[in-house]
Amino acid sequence: MPKSIQEKQQDVIEEFAFFEDWMQKYEYIIELGKDLPLIDEKYKTDDKLIIGCQSRVWLHAEKTEDGTVQFTADSDAIITKGIINILISVFNNQKGVDIAQAEMDFIDTIGLKEHLSPTRANGLVSMMKQLKLYGIVLSQ
Amino acid sequence: MTTVENTLLHTDIRNQFPILNRKVNGQPLVYLDNGATVQKPQVVIDALERYYSHYNSNIHRGVHHLSQEATAAFEEARVSLQKFINAKHSHEVILTSGTTQSINLVAYSFGKAFINEGDEIIVSGMEHHSNIVPWQIMCEDRGATLKVLHFDDNGDVSLDDLKSLITNKTKLISIAHISNSLGTINPVKEIIALAHQNGVKVMIDGAQAAPHAHIDVQDLDADFYAFSGHKMYGPTGVGVLYGKESLLNAMPPYLGGGEMIATVSFEKTTYNTLPHKFEAGTPNIADVIAFGTAAEWMLEIGRDYIQAHEAKLLAYATEKLSTLPGFKAIGTAKQKAGVLSFVIEGLHPYDLGTILDQQGIAVRTGHHCTQPVMERFCIPGTVRASFAVYNTIEEIDTLYNGLVKAVKLLS
Repeated sequence: MPKSIQEKQQDVIEEFAFFEDWMQKYEYIIELGKDLPLIDEKYKTDDKLIIGCQSRVWLHAEKTEDGTVQFTADSDAIITKGIINILISVFNNQKGVDIAQAEMDFIDTIGLKEHLSPTRANGLVSMMKQLKLYGIVLSQ
Repeated sequence: MTTVENTLLHTDIRNQFPILNRKVNGQPLVYLDNGATVQKPQVVIDALERYYSHYNSNIHRGVHHLSQEATAAFEEARVSLQKFINAKHSHEVILTSGTTQSINLVAYSFGKAFINEGDEIIVSGMEHHSNIVPWQIMCEDRGATLKVLHFDDNGDVSLDDLKSLITNKTKLISIAHISNSLGTINPVKEIIALAHQNGVKVMIDGAQAAPHAHIDVQDLDADFYAFSGHKMYGPTGVGVLYGKESLLNAMPPYLGGGEMIATVSFEKTTYNTLPHKFEAGTPNIADVIAFGTAAEWMLEIGRDYIQAHEAKLLAYATEKLSTLPGFKAIGTAKQKAGVLSFVIEGLHPYDLGTILDQQGIAVRTGHHCTQPVMERFCIPGTVRASFAVYNTIEEIDTLYNGLVKAVKLLS
């Protein structure tokens, strides 16, 4: 059985617990940024652009045949891409309804919200809202 | 002055800023976001504390002792600010909530009094959004046109370009004294002279100039000059609109309420004289008083000293950071203030800012509320290090080392 959102969040928290300093943590985030499942160029349009980020973020979601949601994204900043990848790794292959109802506390727990500047945190908040909106829309 | 004396003086200045002793992300704070807001010296913090602990009271109307003390301190602050910009009269100094409100006031009241359909306003292409949007609103309202004075690759505007933009329909030019995103010091005296030859009024956005430059509104012959307290070592939420007496008298009020009236009846209300006509409601008394303290503090340190120190920091930072591979300064005007805006090829400013922050270094990243400037250079934004009198050469070395680390991590 595939892992639940809760289990995947726990995986991320455990992963981050290994880091001894901020350098290691950001090295990891930057690596994740390079592996982000990229959005198809045809979806990289203004209506997919998330407002609230200093860096530009595009997010796209599709419902697959088994009824789960697949996210793809892009950003012009690598750290932002890494953070999106963390979110996507948690929410990909989950049902829309579960995404819509998921708690997002794990971002706080891994110390990303407090370490990022306020505007970035706002961008993160917008990104998470958008993820949830996709969840709601794709629950139908 | 010898170098030793200079260093002693500088340490003495730096020690007046309690916040500079704190750590951020476990590192000593290196604060280089002074273009956004500067830190406050102890005297300014004390002035706020003293007001609320000793003589908090509403001003101008009370007959009791506290009100008289508060009124005296408030009006003394106005005089300090008058002295700071060498205005002819203290009633030409209108206290506002900041540069943004000052510009909006002029856009509204000057617009209502003097702008008609078909008239033209000129702003430069390097303006902060707060010196663009109020004019767009006013132009839409009055049926006027907003024209743009463009700048060149270095971030300089040309007087010839300005000459060719001015027509007999031009009523006002509004331009920054110093650009917040490029650091350009605009030739405002020459701009004002050229405008006046053509019967055009000039508003100067002095938000970035007030912390650095000598401002003499009479020598400049500026019609309006706006600046904010928080960028010149004072509190947030206060600012000044300087306006020539004759113009301010000819303009209708911006906000209605208490303080700004002479008599009120349902048939006919008459307005108070300057400066009160433009200061409706209870003002931000504590912050205005501390704003006056900040102006006096700057006068005491001396703007020559501040300018010389910041010029030294800018020169050192520009030279040092230029050695970073892919470094490109955005804004290389002939006359520059203590602002170093830059990009590093292939790296997003936001990633750089994030990694610098982890090392306790505060810079600004993004478009700095000047989106048209970023469009002009085809970049998403810049990293901006901006300097204040308390910054040191060692802090620039820390910035350089922080950038080396960031580049290594991000590449």
